[in-house]
Amino acid sequence: MSTVQDYASRLSDPASRKMGTFSYLPPMDDAQIRKQVEWIVKHGWNPAIEHTEPKFAKSNYWYMWKLPMFGETDVDAILAELKACHEANPDHHVRLLGYDNFTQSQGANMVIFRGKPV
Amino acid sequence: MTVQPKKKYDAGVKEYRSTYWEPDYAVKETDILAVFKVIPQAGVSREEAAAAVAAESSTGTWTTVWTDLLTDLDHYKGRAYRVEDVPGADDAFYAFIAYPADLFEEGSVVNVFTSLVGNVFGFKAVRSLRLEDVRFPIWFVKTCFGPPHGIQVERDKMDKYGRPLLGCTIKPKLGLSAKNYGRAVYECLRGGLDFTKDDENVNSQPFMRWRDRFLFCQEAIEKSEAETGERKGHYMNVTAPTIEEMYKRAEFAKELKTPIIMSDYLTLGWAAHNSLSKWCRDNGMLLHVHRAMHAVMDRNPNHGINFRVLAKLLRLLGGDHLHSGTVVGKLEGDRAATLGWIDLMRDRYIKEDRARGIFFDQDWGSMPGVFPVASGGIHVWHMPALVAIFGNDSVLQFGGGTLGHPWGNAAGAAANRVALEACVQARNEGRELEKEGKDILTKAAAHSPELKVAMETWKEIKFEFDTVDKLDVQHR
Repeated sequence: MSTVQDYASRLSDPASRKMGTFSYLPPMDDAQIRKQVEWIVKHGWNPAIEHTEPKFAKSNYWYMWKLPMFGETDVDAILAELKACHEANPDHHVRLLGYDNFTQSQGANMVIFRGKPV
Repeated sequence: MTVQPKKKYDAGVKEYRSTYWEPDYAVKETDILAVFKVIPQAGVSREEAAAAVAAESSTGTWTTVWTDLLTDLDHYKGRAYRVEDVPGADDAFYAFIAYPADLFEEGSVVNVFTSLVGNVFGFKAVRSLRLEDVRFPIWFVKTCFGPPHGIQVERDKMDKYGRPLLGCTIKPKLGLSAKNYGRAVYECLRGGLDFTKDDENVNSQPFMRWRDRFLFCQEAIEKSEAETGERKGHYMNVTAPTIEEMYKRAEFAKELKTPIIMSDYLTLGWAAHNSLSKWCRDNGMLLHVHRAMHAVMDRNPNHGINFRVLAKLLRLLGGDHLHSGTVVGKLEGDRAATLGWIDLMRDRYIKEDRARGIFFDQDWGSMPGVFPVASGGIHVWHMPALVAIFGNDSVLQFGGGTLGHPWGNAAGAAANRVALEACVQARNEGRELEKEGKDILTKAAAHSPELKVAMETWKEIKFEFDTVDKLDVQHR
């Protein structure tokens, strides 16, 4: 058994901030992001994009990027909007949601682009 | 026109079947339906035993009384309307009984079960009796209170989507000081868990009074939230010797602005629990529900109350989480039965499915669902199966599987969180978790030394799903 390691998480270190589902995994590459978009489309959930200044990440309400893409099933179109949101707001966290109108909840919610945490 | 009285008073003991056995009865949508597994005394026919159960759990008593004739017995009596063989059992049979709506007080789970599982369980004509399932009609569901918030609202309040929630029960369950206990909570939460939990018998003992525990745990929540940027909770157990004391502890938890408290619905009592659940909705408090004492009622396959009934009645009484069993490592029959009551806890409409022990269609109307909690004896190697079996709407609780990590609670928590997210990601990508679990975890461990060590500490689990048990042959 290896020697005991410290768990490096600090109030003073912004890198310790997490942001929900998949934030304990390495950032996804393009192919992995595509698969998650396909998962949302496959369930018939409505994709939506939100973004925020990292400073205000704790708020329930991030800025909506346009409107949720109701009925959108074109994976490339969704990926293009994610990219457009990121390019327009390069320092922001950008997350992808899948609205499930049957449960009135979000079937998926994941940060795709990370700004610099504070 | 003069209406003739139908009956004359005839004192004495009659066969139950003459009044309470009605094989031609057409079940009404408003009836409460129940199915009992009955083993009658030798020499008692199935029909007579079923009728006796119907009588003793509704209007009947052992002898005719003249006051029977002052009421419309046909309007009020329970009726045995069907008997069926129990697969794999020679001496037992299922008795189906319909109870008319007017027998019961609206919104009172206490009243329904005082009838259904009252005196009849000590009744001499039956050797043993088990309540297997109950169909609650929509009028009764709508008059009950239900979960204070339910799955969707909890997700919104806690800001957790697209994955099961992660928890841990703090151990050792008894004997820690409040400050040391809070330390264990803090370490778990900063490592990536969503919740930690008081053990069921942590109430307010001399070694750790409730108020001290609440204060230290709240500090642990607040610091770990600031550190990780995520929302956290600790199930603060308000189970107490008196209702007044229970409310006092709940009010203090609210003052601290903590998000979730817990109760033990069977030992606390259903009326007290129902009141607490209402308090939780009024005060925006999530409610975690533990089930201490359940095995006293649900473990014996021939006598008692099946857990699916205890789970359904908890949904009616109210709770946002309920322990449901873990499935993994148990028998196939258990897997099917557990999947059955998990659906009964969280879905809107559940169809009859004998393969999962569900005897009736159940419509919950708009009543919110309860998170099933898988807790006990699980660790990272179980994660792929747990995610596959339970799906997103569940709370997975790793006690020893977090605290037993060689590097401590934070590392144990991080290992579980990484394993969980890796499994969710793989599932979403279309991979089969129960087949590819090892590969998924091994790849995730490449960038998580905490997970790697956890996988070395606990042994790989092999799952065999070839055998198919019949539920009522292999109840437990």
